[in-house]
Amino acid sequence: MTENGGVTPLVRLENVNKHFGALHVLKNINLTVSRGEVLVVIGPSGGGKSTLCRAINRLETIDDGKIVFDGQVLPEEGKALARLRSEVGMVFQSFNLFAHKTIRENVTLGPVKVRGVSKDAASKRAMELLERVGIAAQADKYPAQLSGGQQQRVAIARALAMDPKMILFDEPTSALDPEMVQEVLDVMIGLARDGMTMVVVTHEMGFARRAANRVVFMADGQIVEENTPDEFFTNAQTDRARDFLSKILTH
Amino acid sequence: MEDLIRYAPDLAAGFLENIKLSIVAAIVSLVFGTVLVAMRVSPTPVLRAAGTIYVNVVRNTPLTLVLAFSALGLSDQLGLVFSTEPRTNSFWIVALGLAAYTAAFVCEALRSGINTVPLGQAEAARAIGLTFMQSLRMIILPQAFRAVVAPLGSVMIAMVKNTTVAVAGGFAADAAANMKESFDQVGASIPIFLGIVVAFMAVTLPIGYLTGRLAQRLAVAR
Repeated sequence: MTENGGVTPLVRLENVNKHFGALHVLKNINLTVSRGEVLVVIGPSGGGKSTLCRAINRLETIDDGKIVFDGQVLPEEGKALARLRSEVGMVFQSFNLFAHKTIRENVTLGPVKVRGVSKDAASKRAMELLERVGIAAQADKYPAQLSGGQQQRVAIARALAMDPKMILFDEPTSALDPEMVQEVLDVMIGLARDGMTMVVVTHEMGFARRAANRVVFMADGQIVEENTPDEFFTNAQTDRARDFLSKILTH
Repeated sequence: MEDLIRYAPDLAAGFLENIKLSIVAAIVSLVFGTVLVAMRVSPTPVLRAAGTIYVNVVRNTPLTLVLAFSALGLSDQLGLVFSTEPRTNSFWIVALGLAAYTAAFVCEALRSGINTVPLGQAEAARAIGLTFMQSLRMIILPQAFRAVVAPLGSVMIAMVKNTTVAVAGGFAADAAANMKESFDQVGASIPIFLGIVVAFMAVTLPIGYLTGRLAQRLAVAR
């Protein structure tokens, strides 16, 4: 599962740098994500994980370096950027479902308005996806009427409705009550099994062990270590990673 | 009281003009105010600057001057003519001048509404591939409108009352102008004053009540 060579990568970051004012949040990042790969990014808060994730669909701009998606350098703005984003799903920490639209409308909006799919076809597909994430019965409710875990599963269905080439997960379970974490992780594990390319920023070590092909450990804006989950969790190479793991795995 | 009864037809005809001015100004200012707010939040610096300058100039100019400028500057000097009939022409000058003025306030109310919409809504819209205009139209503005229905009601109430300075733009056929004419003939009359106040309240109180109700019904649950 660790072999990345031989296949053209879906995403390639080359010497990417990003500053927030005086803070250097991404320091010369080089990273590739292969098709079908599940990449988990872990590390301490403020280490640049979310920024890295958000840079891949240009919700964060970068100062220099290059990000290539599916053979194409990320467009800077306009229609070309919108088209690229339609091919990269995104699931946020705070769900961000459209608050004034029903669950079904949340899932059909992208296909109808961006892809030009007919309303009926989009609605049918939306119901299939909602069925898959276990929310079909709530299709005509509004986001605020659902629990956090349900909202996040809808957010995953909304991303899937665009038939994306990959999905970015930016701490998808961090805002959830503990009893709702597993239902979201189960959906994500299912996606990983089905071969979806995923970049997942998370603190869920269980998910990383079960579903990830590769773990990237980030701290202070740098990629400190990259390894298979087994190797990383049992035999971390750097002090920084061992220190981090000792803090999260002992309790 | 006899004064009020004697002048009632004149005053009513004048008040009808206030209502007509209000309807035109309400529609045009809501549309134009929405365009202005789209400019003010757009990613294009030139549009943003143009929107900001317009709002700050118009919002801080007394309405009588805006209307006088519309009549003297735009109509007399620059030859902007809506009708060869002077009364109809000055009606449109005043209605659109009032709309241009009110649009600045509509824009600012909407902009405060946009500030109530969490950034994540716009990010999610962009993340599924909506363009800036699409996300503004389908995601941001619908939520912003719902958040500011009540303040927009206040803007509209102010606008209805502002129709009484129509004479500054050369339109001397509204209720306030007719009232002044009646005073010139019979002297100031408390019943006439009160009659016009009641007529305005009959329009503005329901606006306040209905927008208040609507605000509750349309509120977006988060």
